[in-house]
Amino acid sequence: MKLNRFTNLLVIGLIVTVAATGCKKKTGFVTPLPANMGGGGVVKDPRPEPAPPLGTDPITKGTGNEIKSGDIKDMDGVKQNAFGKHEGWPEDRAILESSKVYFAFDSASVRPGEASKLTAVVDYLKANADKAVKVEGHCDERGTEAYNLSLGDRRSVSLREELIKLGIDPTRVDTITFGEARPASTGHDEAAWKLNRRGEFIVLSPPK
Amino acid sequence: MKHMANWKFLWIALLAGLAPVAGHGQIRIEYDVVPGGTKPVLVSMSGFTGEAAQVIQFDLYVQGFAVTNAEAAQYELSGSNGENLQGKAMDRVARQALLAKSYSGAGLRRQAHTFVDDFLQSIKRVGIGKSKIAYRSMKGENGEIYVADFDGFNPTPVTKDNALVYSPAWEPGKMALYYTTYKMGNPSIFHHNLSSGERSAFARHGGSSLSPAVSPDGGRVAMILSKDGWTDLYVGSASGGEPKRLTRSREDESGPCWSSDGKWICFAAKVNERRSLCKIPAGGGEIVRIPTSGVLNPTEPEWSPDGKWIVFTSMMGGFEICVVPSGGGVVTQLVPGEDPSWAPNSRTVIFTRRHGSGRSLSLLDVPTKQVKDMSRIPGNSNSQPSWAK
Repeated sequence: MKLNRFTNLLVIGLIVTVAATGCKKKTGFVTPLPANMGGGGVVKDPRPEPAPPLGTDPITKGTGNEIKSGDIKDMDGVKQNAFGKHEGWPEDRAILESSKVYFAFDSASVRPGEASKLTAVVDYLKANADKAVKVEGHCDERGTEAYNLSLGDRRSVSLREELIKLGIDPTRVDTITFGEARPASTGHDEAAWKLNRRGEFIVLSPPK
Repeated sequence: MKHMANWKFLWIALLAGLAPVAGHGQIRIEYDVVPGGTKPVLVSMSGFTGEAAQVIQFDLYVQGFAVTNAEAAQYELSGSNGENLQGKAMDRVARQALLAKSYSGAGLRRQAHTFVDDFLQSIKRVGIGKSKIAYRSMKGENGEIYVADFDGFNPTPVTKDNALVYSPAWEPGKMALYYTTYKMGNPSIFHHNLSSGERSAFARHGGSSLSPAVSPDGGRVAMILSKDGWTDLYVGSASGGEPKRLTRSREDESGPCWSSDGKWICFAAKVNERRSLCKIPAGGGEIVRIPTSGVLNPTEPEWSPDGKWIVFTSMMGGFEICVVPSGGGVVTQLVPGEDPSWAPNSRTVIFTRRHGSGRSLSLLDVPTKQVKDMSRIPGNSNSQPSWAK
């Protein structure tokens, strides 16, 4: 049945094709396919490259973005770009462990009640002039990953700003975001989430 | 026997030559999109078995078709899959043969994908059967980037970093990715040539370097950097050099993507205390808000390749895959999920769903809301999908 219908179609098709083109098309009747392109190639281990020098980027009022959700004026005097130069410095998470700063949901603002925790960080850095600090920004699991990476980054950067305002040299404060990837508590309720929306201070010591 | 088979091939070849002639001016374009509100196109299948039948059915389903009986179907797909796949397509409504082809080489799966692509091409649509995806698979605390066929087959590891990795982004038309890795300590953006295996640091600065998005022409990369002390949106040349800062806000910007014409960079931001989608000219300028009425907290936008839509995730307690016209407007909520990425056909998206501690990838046909889970991909936490375009 089917074959018959199909054969009829073929005959009509042949007539139309010949009529339309005047001759038989020299079409290869088998479509060769390329071999599978394959996925990833062999991964070569990347050679660590030094971070490129951080060029100056003077803050100019009234250029670029027109989002008016914050005052950038208080940042004008602060050199923001010379950080991240402590690669390979040994880390100590214990020294400033009690200075963890907690954030409100969907916010990177350092709340007044939390800001007092920075005193210990500042005191430590002032007493240990050779050391630096890495500020980690963390989030709870209620955001998407892209959102949380940026929010965690903004949290780390906000804490860095506070340290700079309190007199710490910007070049001594590195930042890093972990988004929601490193929760302090693995629960799925506010009791856990409030512990996860946090900033942590890791002491960096110069390599011996 | 062999002789007969060859004759059959000749007929098929002649018929294949016919399709464009007979089809001129008569093929309807069905992709008249109402996101989430379009009925699937009915198609019947006969003669295919086993893996070939599965592939054809899967490919059709995630591109807005539903398989039904021959009487109800608009399109009739028939054929066989012995050593090689042979397939025919017919428009039953227009009473028109669309396609008849035989395929060889590259394996049965690929032949079946190609047949569906050829069928779609015969009705003036873009097939996705040969397209690739990249995603991140977690192993414990850390993860690796993988590349697979769009249906999750042939997963191949791309990294061996044993580190946090995020947001693979394809270089358009190339077997190459940008992604974020913590391999070096702080998050940095790497470029990875998948053909040669070579990779290089693309953005490696103080602070965090996040969320690369490649312009449609491959020449520029949008990203989120905090090298200057703020979490802001930057754009850099793919060939290197100092990236240009586009935003200067005291809030976080996140998840950039490019408009299909390469003129705009779209991203998520907090404007006047409200989470919004925004766009900014790729060379810098004023930020324009993209209205997303009906939902809150939009993130992770991705502009469709045809320029018409932006798919994104709204965060309202749970996560919801949403779509809005690219100029903004009324949002259509599609299905629960996050992190959507368009297929080259501008209608299918791949996205992530959370379940317990794990995550898995699914495909969604936006017009019909048909969803296929890809639970067959190994690993219990796969996310951060990106569809090659």
